[in-house]
Amino acid sequence: MEYIGIIIVAIFVNNIVYSQFLGICPFLGVSRKVDTAIGMSAAVTFVLTIATLVTFILYKGVLEPFNLQYLQTISYILVIAALVQMVEIILKKISPSLYQALGVFLPLITTNCAILGVALLVIQKDFNLLESVVYAVATSIGFGLALIIFSGVREQLSLTRVPKAMQGMPIALISAGIIAMAFMGFSGIDQLFK
Amino acid sequence: MNKQLKILINGIIKENPIFVLLLGMCPTLATTSSAINGMSMGLATTFVLISSNAVISLLKNVIPDMVRIPSFIVVIATFVTIIEMLMNAYVPALAESLGIFIPLIVVNCIVLGRAESFASRNSVLSSIFDGVGIGLGFTLALTLLGVSRELLGTGKIFSQTIYPEQYGSLIFVLAPGAFIVLGFLIAIFNKLQHKKA
Amino acid sequence: MAKLESSFRNMFLSLSLICLTVALLLAQVNKMTATPIAEAKAMKLQNAIREVVPAFDNDPVAEAFRMADGSGDSLLVYPAKKGDELVGFALNSYSNNGFSGKIEIMVGFDMEHHIINYAVLQHAETPGLGSRMTEWFRDATKPGQSIIGRDLSQGALAVTRDGGNVDAITASTITSRAFLEAVNRAYAVYSGSREDALSGATVATEKETEGMTKKGGEHNE
Repeated sequence: MEYIGIIIVAIFVNNIVYSQFLGICPFLGVSRKVDTAIGMSAAVTFVLTIATLVTFILYKGVLEPFNLQYLQTISYILVIAALVQMVEIILKKISPSLYQALGVFLPLITTNCAILGVALLVIQKDFNLLESVVYAVATSIGFGLALIIFSGVREQLSLTRVPKAMQGMPIALISAGIIAMAFMGFSGIDQLFK
Repeated sequence: MNKQLKILINGIIKENPIFVLLLGMCPTLATTSSAINGMSMGLATTFVLISSNAVISLLKNVIPDMVRIPSFIVVIATFVTIIEMLMNAYVPALAESLGIFIPLIVVNCIVLGRAESFASRNSVLSSIFDGVGIGLGFTLALTLLGVSRELLGTGKIFSQTIYPEQYGSLIFVLAPGAFIVLGFLIAIFNKLQHKKA
Repeated sequence: MAKLESSFRNMFLSLSLICLTVALLLAQVNKMTATPIAEAKAMKLQNAIREVVPAFDNDPVAEAFRMADGSGDSLLVYPAKKGDELVGFALNSYSNNGFSGKIEIMVGFDMEHHIINYAVLQHAETPGLGSRMTEWFRDATKPGQSIIGRDLSQGALAVTRDGGNVDAITASTITSRAFLEAVNRAYAVYSGSREDALSGATVATEKETEGMTKKGGEHNE
């Protein structure tokens, strides 16, 4: 039951894009087409889950016992950067087809603040290992949902006539705002799972 | 000196990180629920930008090309950690309201972007001016967004009441308002730029 | 100076040098800011206590103890003394039933079961709705919603919709319920502490303190 609560909250109530504002850059950058949106979400799910797992172990296993919490940011970002490189190399070797699908998105992920954000959040929320992984997976599903809905909207937007100054980013942001409003309707839904 | 001034203005207007380059959107949307939060986030980022630009341009010749990016990230993360600790120590309330977005300055594309495209090819002085310019452009944009949201949402600017709170529309302080206000601000910026050109 | 080429030796040396310098620098700054950070935290706690109890001249933080709340958990209690006389208690209470999770408050009572004041320490309620609890329940101009000065020995607080006499925050009944739950929890602990203090049963409290300090360490992250 507790895990269902975490999942519902992470996907709908505190959606990572629409309410926590993490991962906005890829959200705005690769949401012009539904296909790329799906590829990006898959890559994020993959890296986010592994990164959360590794950084969690790093924090509980090394940083906390040796009182080195102040190195958290710096060590996390290095781990994430290295991890993305490694995932890229391994994927290339063992599953070229998957690499082809996700490859172009991987380098972009290092500077996706959702990855570092979630890694920092699970420590702040005092989750245990299993909760952290569940939270990471649910968050990436939430990210995927946000991205795919938004890319659908943008595909339609590209067919509409928009005032000149509003073309491109402004109208996209305003649409995102309206979707965010819809997501606000989910707030409190987790009360049902208590 | 004229050249440095040009770099400075360039960062504030022509290459404004928010309105023109559209970089660093996460903190832009997340920390601008009030003018003071937006401004502090901008200033914290400015500090990181100036210091990392200066250090990276100093070190540009001793860092081999192939390990350039990891070295930049380490330098940036260091300054981020320093500002985080300083804020925790001296302005704890502010640090709390900005929360996780302070460490996230590390992954703000603006900082790494400037290190890579400007500081690693220019002199220390120019890099510092670039940091100041881009930082101020970022801060101004964040403050403007913060002011608009606070005013529309609560009728206040920097906590000073302008009109009674009950006439404010709360939605502007909440998440959707961030997207909508930023969308309109960029549209206005576009309009003004077109007129000039 | 010419740019260093990307040989293995150069890469290794420059990266290790950068990392080493950085680690030393950060350790230094960490050392420098450790005390101010700890002080800032202590100040926040001190201020919250000062806000909710009458003027005191002891050190409530040093004399704090833990007391069971009757539902399996315990709260931190900060006794406020003027001279040798107890003038009130500040209690660090919480509720897990807020609209968006945990709400943590500091609430102060005088020795006659009256609420003196409260301070919200931590919450994640919706800004502009639930977050109004920081002021809502102590608006002196609106006695229907203010809980200041209420005597809890006459029964626990509840929102009007639940048959109580506290006006809930407009459009935020869940937050209001959770907030009052935290206040009631504090009161349960307060009456226990007060009886102990008045009957001079300090031995029991001290024992409690010892057993609970460990738990306290985990609780206060």
